[in-house]
Order: sequence, then C-alpha cells, then structure tokens
Amino acid sequence: MSAPALPSPVAPGRRGALSGRGFVRYVVLTLGAAVMVLPFVYMLATSFKTQTYVLTIPPQFVPHPATVDNYSRVWSSQGFAHYFWNSLVVAVASTAFSLLLSSMMAYAFARFRFPGREALFRVLLLGLMVPAIMLIVPQFVLAKHLGLINSLTGLVVFYTASTLSLNTFLLRGFFQAIPVELEEAMEVDGAGAVSRYWRLVLPLSRPVLATCTIFTFLASWDEFSWALTTITSPEKRTLPIAIALFQGQNSTLWGLVFAASIIAVLPVVLVFLVFQRHFVQGLTSGAVKG
Amino acid sequence: MSVMERARTRTTEEKNSAGRERPPRPRSRAGATPYLFLAPGFALFLLLIAYPMVKAFQMSLYDWNIVAGATSRYIGLDNYRRAFHDPLFWRGLQNSGLYMALTVPPQIVLGLGVAILLNNKAPGRAVYRVLFYLPVVTSWVVVSLLFQYLFADSGLVNWVLHDVTHVTGHDTSWLSGRWTGMVAISALGIWKGVGWSMMIFLAALQSVSKDLLEAAALDGAGRWSTFRVVTLQAIRPALLFVIVMLVIGGFNVFVSVLLMTGGGPSDSTQVLLTYMYKQAFTNLDFGYGASIAVMLTVGVFVLSIIQLRAFRSDEELA
Repeated sequence: MSAPALPSPVAPGRRGALSGRGFVRYVVLTLGAAVMVLPFVYMLATSFKTQTYVLTIPPQFVPHPATVDNYSRVWSSQGFAHYFWNSLVVAVASTAFSLLLSSMMAYAFARFRFPGREALFRVLLLGLMVPAIMLIVPQFVLAKHLGLINSLTGLVVFYTASTLSLNTFLLRGFFQAIPVELEEAMEVDGAGAVSRYWRLVLPLSRPVLATCTIFTFLASWDEFSWALTTITSPEKRTLPIAIALFQGQNSTLWGLVFAASIIAVLPVVLVFLVFQRHFVQGLTSGAVKG
Repeated sequence: MSVMERARTRTTEEKNSAGRERPPRPRSRAGATPYLFLAPGFALFLLLIAYPMVKAFQMSLYDWNIVAGATSRYIGLDNYRRAFHDPLFWRGLQNSGLYMALTVPPQIVLGLGVAILLNNKAPGRAVYRVLFYLPVVTSWVVVSLLFQYLFADSGLVNWVLHDVTHVTGHDTSWLSGRWTGMVAISALGIWKGVGWSMMIFLAALQSVSKDLLEAAALDGAGRWSTFRVVTLQAIRPALLFVIVMLVIGGFNVFVSVLLMTGGGPSDSTQVLLTYMYKQAFTNLDFGYGASIAVMLTVGVFVLSIIQLRAFRSDEELA
C-alpha cells in the first residue's frame, strides 16, 4: 500500500504489472508513447493520400483512397533516387574517412607518450565544445578559397573534419582499456605499430567502432545547414536539402513532401531499430551533443 | 592464439614481480610514430575546424568583403557595437531565451518522469524506450516539415484544439505570429528532445543505491521524500549534464526555426542563429554574422567550462 514506486525495494522485478499502480503506469506511458508516435503515423498516412485528402477535417489517419503515386512520382520524376544516391555516397565516404583518421589519432593518444600529447588532445576537444553551425561563416569563406563550394567532395571533407573530435574521444577511451600486454606480446613477435593498430586494436574495438560508425553515418546523412549553404546546383543536392527545397516549392503538396521524407527517414529508423544497443552505449558515454 | 597465451604468461609474471597499476602505462621512447598516426587527422582538424574558430574572431573585426580580390576594411569592434544597438539582435536573443524557457523544463520533467516509470523491469519496457527515442533519431528537416503540417491552419493541432476539445474558439494561425510561432517551434523541441533526456536519466537511475531505497522504505519515508533524498541525490550529476546540454541546445536552435517560420513574419521569430545566418548569407554581411557567431560561441564555451567544473567538484556542491 505504501511501498515506494521508485524501483520497488520491497518486491523488486515484476510486481504484478496489472496491480492498480502498475496499470496507471502503463496508461501514462502509453499516452506518452502515442504522442511520440502519432505524428509519424500521420505523416506515413499522408504520404499515401491524394492531394484532395491532405488537409481534411476531420483528419484521415487511414488514407482512403490510398495511393502509392506520391512515391513513384518522387522517386523517378522528381529525382529523389539521385538525391538518395548522393546522400549515401557522402555519408559512406565521410564515415569511412572519419573513422580511419580518428582511430589513428586515438591510437596515438592512447598508446604513446610523446611531447605535446596533452596539449594536442585538449585542442582536439575544442571541437567538441563548439557547435558546427557557429563556424559556418568562416568555414564558408575557407571552402570558397579551397574550391570546395558546390561539390560533394566539399561535403565529405567538412563532415569528416567535424566528426573527428567526438570519434577520437570515444575511441581513445576504449583503446586505453585494451590490456597493453597484448600489444607487448605482439611487439615481441616483431609486429610494428601499424600492424598492432590494424590487426589487434581495431578488431578488438568492434563495439565502439560500431557506435562511432552509426553516429557519424547518421550525422552525415541528416546534415542540412552546411549542404544548404554550399550546394547550389540541383544535381548535387543531398536528401535533406532536396526535401526542404521541394517543400518550399510545393508548400501544399504534403503527400509528395512526406513521401520524400519517408524515403529519407526509413533507413535511419531501420538502422536505429537494428543497432539500438550501440545507440544507447554511445549516448551514455556522453556521445551526443545537444 | 600464441600471442594471447604469451600475453597471459607475461601478465602473471608481472603480477608476481610487482603490484601492477591500472590503467596500462603508455609506451615511451616512441620517436616519430605517434606523430605519423596523428598527422592526417590533426591536419584536417586544424585546417577545417580550429582555423575557422580563429578566423571567425578575425572576420568579426572587419567589414568583410566576400567578393574575390576585394579588400576588407578593418573596423575594430564596430560589429559588436552594432549588435549591441541592433533591436533584431536583441529580439533574436529574446527568442532564443524564450525557446530555452519553453523547452528545457518540460524536457527535464517529462524525461525524468518517463525514465522513472520505465525504471522497473516492467514488461514492454524496451518497446516504450524505442518509441520515446524515435523522434530523437529523426532528422531535424523532416520533423520540422512534419510540425509545420501539424500546425497548419486546418491541420491536426487546430483540429484537436478547436473541433474536438473546443479549447480554442477558432483555428489559430500558429506560424504567422511571433508567440504562437515560438510555441509551435518549442513544441517540436520538446517532442524531439524528451527521449534524449529520458535515456540519460535511465542510465543515471541505474546508479541509485538499492540499499538506500530499502532503508528509506524501512524508515517509513514517503515516496516523495524518498525520491528527493535518495534518487535526486544520486542522479544530480546527470541532471546537471542534461540541463547544460539542453541550454546549449537551446542556443543551437536553427533548422526548425528556419524551416517552420523562416524567422518570419517580418523577423519576429528570428532566433540568434537564424539571424546570424540571414546576416551572413542573405545580406552577405559576413563580418557582422561572424561577430554574432563569436558571441554565441563564447557563451556556449563558458557553459561547457562551467559544466566541466561542476562535474569535477560535484561532491563539494551543496
């Protein structure tokens, strides 16, 4: 009757989920979850509606008549297949480069003692403190000088650079926890630093590499501000800017806009559902910047 | 694996010879090797992240000219003075502050509430966790457009408030007014962020001592005082972390404002970052844009330092 509800010390675990308090708990949670999920359901429904039914009173949660016309139009005639490909290429390349470079740096920081180690690491951590959007003005000027405006290469280079700090930080923490004796044993066998890094440290770090891969991939896949600022020609657009500009031109064609949005969101949701564990790990190690 | 075996024998030998300290000591006598590992990544970081940080300070002191070959005029602190006397800059600051005031407390209260409800090993817990976290992983672009649609004149929100519950007497044009626009933008911020704070609090709640909870229960402490004394004490570092991150996130609000209202109507929903963006990329006033970015960066930086300090002296805090 007066047992505290916070992790119930009296009878831990499954104290009848259907007791009074347990029932209220589920009602509250379900209401909350409904608020979280309903907008997505509504978006999905709208992507199957014809234009006539997009903003009706009362709203339709089940499209009737349902049509896949929006998807086929968006995918082929509106060029979203191409934008999807651009996004994929940019995200894969950025992730590969970022992980390679940051794992090399993390290995140096974790396994060597050298003059300037602390100072260099501090400088790198500055990248964690300054949000990317704050640097967009000077970065734009720099990109103009380097000829990286309006190019997918420019996106890859900047996405790689902006994810280095976080990845190096996470990887270094993990590398330090790998017993140094394993490496010493390899050294006795005559293995150099490169082969120890490539053949021992990286294979042992699969979990943290997975976490970094997911975060970097999603950050590059969803990035909007930099792409919006630097990409000018339509054929070089990535999905986020293509969707935003598409909505700008077709402000009321919500069916088309959401079909395009679903195409962009679906891979992310799938990745999230499959790799949930890594998400949570990355997050709780302080991995996500607000 | 011979390497593994050898490593194991080495460790036992070492343990016998001297009480070995963790963490493992890094190797010395490294020579050039670590620098070779660092070089490519660090060079890229210096050029594209560290240099622009310095460059932003420099640009903010100039009437910066973006045209190739043209010279920029040094004007000292004029850009900062201008911001100080610019009503739109202050409005941006106000709106950013308003966004924080509207989004930070609900995210903390709701996030903590959901985390507490999910903290027992209740069946279905994993499913709820996923559902609450779903908005967090969805791109800002998509959810901004989605909320624009939900808050449209004959959209879902107006239907619920007007046609179903009769809270409002007529359809509200959410995105065509300053206050209603900020409410819609903040609603998106809360909806998207609750899952994040929930996840942090869930991790923190693992550290609440079962013994203390049990002792409190045996002492006949009520639920509220148990929560205040035991749980809240244990999760204080996490609470601090969440508050700082959300405030920084509030300074960072950009995409949702840009896409939902574009800072309009007539600059009334401009926040600091959208105003910076407009000055730089619409008015091509790069020096002024840079000065706003510098001020923001310093603000965020100070917050980060405070956070690090607070983490270090967490026990000392009363």
